[in-house]
Amino acid sequence: MNNGEQTDMRTTDAAQARQEGGGACSETGGDCKFITRNVNVFYGEKQAIFDVSLDIPDRAVMALIGPSGCGKSTYLRCLNRMNDLIDICRVEGTFLLDGEDIYNGDIDPVLLRARVGMVFQKPNPFPKSIFENVAYGPRIHGLAKDRTELEEIVETSLRKAALWDEVKDRLHAPGTGLSGGQQQRLCIARAIATRPEVILMDEPASALDPIATARIEELIDELKENYCIVIVTHSMQQAARVSDRTAFFHLGKLIEEGPTEQIFTAPKEQQTQDYITGRYG
Amino acid sequence: MTEEDKQAKADESAASAQHEQARQASAGQAPASAAGASASGDGGSTSSGDAAAGAVQRVDWHSPEMLARLRRRHAANRRMKYIGLGAIVLAAALLGILVSSLVNNGTSAFRQTYIALEFDLKPELVNPENMRRGKWRRIVKEGLLRALPEEYRQNRRLARKVLKIVSRSAPYALRDHVMENPQLVGRTISFEVLAADPFDQYNKGIIPAVIGDGEKQRPNPRLGGPELVRAFEILKEQQRVSMPFNWGLFFHADSRLPETAGLAGAIVGSFLTLLVCFVISFPTGILAAIYLEEFAPKNRLTDFIEININNLAAVPSVVFGLLGLALFIGFFGVPRSTPLVGGMVLSLMTLPTIIIATRAALKAVPPSLREAALGVGASHHQMVFHHVLPVAMPGILTGAIIGMAQALGETAPLLLVGMNAFIPDISNMGLTQPATVLPTQIYSWADSPERGFVSRTAAAILVLLGFLVVMNALAIWLRQRYSTKW
Repeated sequence: MNNGEQTDMRTTDAAQARQEGGGACSETGGDCKFITRNVNVFYGEKQAIFDVSLDIPDRAVMALIGPSGCGKSTYLRCLNRMNDLIDICRVEGTFLLDGEDIYNGDIDPVLLRARVGMVFQKPNPFPKSIFENVAYGPRIHGLAKDRTELEEIVETSLRKAALWDEVKDRLHAPGTGLSGGQQQRLCIARAIATRPEVILMDEPASALDPIATARIEELIDELKENYCIVIVTHSMQQAARVSDRTAFFHLGKLIEEGPTEQIFTAPKEQQTQDYITGRYG
Repeated sequence: MTEEDKQAKADESAASAQHEQARQASAGQAPASAAGASASGDGGSTSSGDAAAGAVQRVDWHSPEMLARLRRRHAANRRMKYIGLGAIVLAAALLGILVSSLVNNGTSAFRQTYIALEFDLKPELVNPENMRRGKWRRIVKEGLLRALPEEYRQNRRLARKVLKIVSRSAPYALRDHVMENPQLVGRTISFEVLAADPFDQYNKGIIPAVIGDGEKQRPNPRLGGPELVRAFEILKEQQRVSMPFNWGLFFHADSRLPETAGLAGAIVGSFLTLLVCFVISFPTGILAAIYLEEFAPKNRLTDFIEININNLAAVPSVVFGLLGLALFIGFFGVPRSTPLVGGMVLSLMTLPTIIIATRAALKAVPPSLREAALGVGASHHQMVFHHVLPVAMPGILTGAIIGMAQALGETAPLLLVGMNAFIPDISNMGLTQPATVLPTQIYSWADSPERGFVSRTAAAILVLLGFLVVMNALAIWLRQRYSTKW
């Protein structure tokens, strides 16, 4: 395989993408956090994503919607190179985080994942104490000089995740003993604790009841003041409630992307219209 | 089973007859076409009532065929249950026979016959300057004769024979006791000596005083003649004979005399051998498994390695013994018969078991945990050592302990590297000193002709089984105690 050639192509693509500078984001007035160009993802022989180019604004919520198997989760997992774990998965295209190419050696994947935190579909706290769950990230990245500072980070993160009041008396109880909604907020606190710039959420509320979902949504609303949030969701109401911009995926292609209001009230594409009105999906 | 089948058939025919009547009755009221369809016997899968075109065909859940099928399915369930139950009962019965036969043979070895006698430690016999050269046999003989009636003292032939009642180790036991307490010289002391093996067996009721029946009855030659049996009975009447718990079985080293033979050498040898085996195979096995499972690229080479590890686990253990003999002893010159070489051979055997168990435990860790760790920016090695390994640890330890238990019971490869040494003294056992282990000790005891070794062999097997049960219980406890609650 001529890896060198591929790298060259990528670098040129990246340069081009940098020059373009993300026109889409200017609409929201903010900067672009992620610029992605010509993304193709393959699982073995099967192509899962076809030529997707998408810009993701900073300090805003971007929702990815679409029917099951449309590639939205796959796209999300490209943003912090989580797909690297899958042996047969191959990612092509340009991903720029603040102008740095994340697949091309500008950023080490380990540091990338600290800067781009992730919350998964099923709450997956470590089988350790609540404190350890939150403290783990800062500790391995050396974000705290001493114990007091670490405790501060843990408290701030749990407060931001709206979990502090519920767990402050049992920080050393196992994180797996919390309820589903609490576990998910713990996972959010864990993601916040490494002070990321971006938080990726893969259907964070799909395993939760409506009350816990409402709390998570409130949380997303607060978090977008400081973070760039990308959320995959199956619930169009949720996308409409929490997001600023929405991207609609179908069969691995990006059909339409725009301000959430416009997507839900006046979609440009017929497919988007059909999906939103419940014709399929 | 045949009874059941017959019953099922009878039920079937009764039900079918009943149903046929009902069907005919309904056909009489239904339109002619429907009646025709029912009469043709459509297999009972559709109800006979509405055969109108276009209507959904209903399944007749009460047709005789359906009921018969249901009964057959239930019967198959019951059969499976009884066969399984039978298998369990058979296995339990066989285990019961094994254990009860061992207990039956072995319990007598957990007690040992002692004879309490008074010994006159005359200085001229003890030889206080050099007690090792003292006339201890004579002291013991005099002690015995003192307890017996006049006739034994008068008859020189008998007087010589009485020593056969006590163990040949008795003079040495008395000597060691006096050497430890030199102030006893010149006094008359009371001391318990071991009975000789035939009298121990006789006292436990395992061998009779008279063998043969009818005309051919004769005194048991093992006991050395009726006078000695009578002498033993006299000692018994004087309350000199006792049968306390046989601590010697655990604290004595091996001996050619059944009454003094113990398992201490084998237990220490087994411990040292397992220690070597554990130190070699546990870290190596775990690291190999972690590398193969977490870091190695998946290609033909790693596939090949994986297949070979699985094959190694199935290699007969005697082959490992030959390998150890040729390689470790022949080529590397590791001293033979030692716990070092034994442990090395056993670790060859345990390694694949530990690798396979560790890989299975690592595989069982949910991917969500890996994602969670990587998601906060842990490196691959941090993910493995901080998160995956702790969760997999109970499974790994269970596998390791089961591997160790296997190693503890292994005989053939150890015989090949000479680990059936005769160890009469445990004071200088070490990794590079000749040693024996429990299974090979059982093997050599089972080979010994003396009657006393029969029960000692069974007792040794019970001790080995006891260690195995303890190790397996430890594995279960570890699994329960440290398994992650999700």
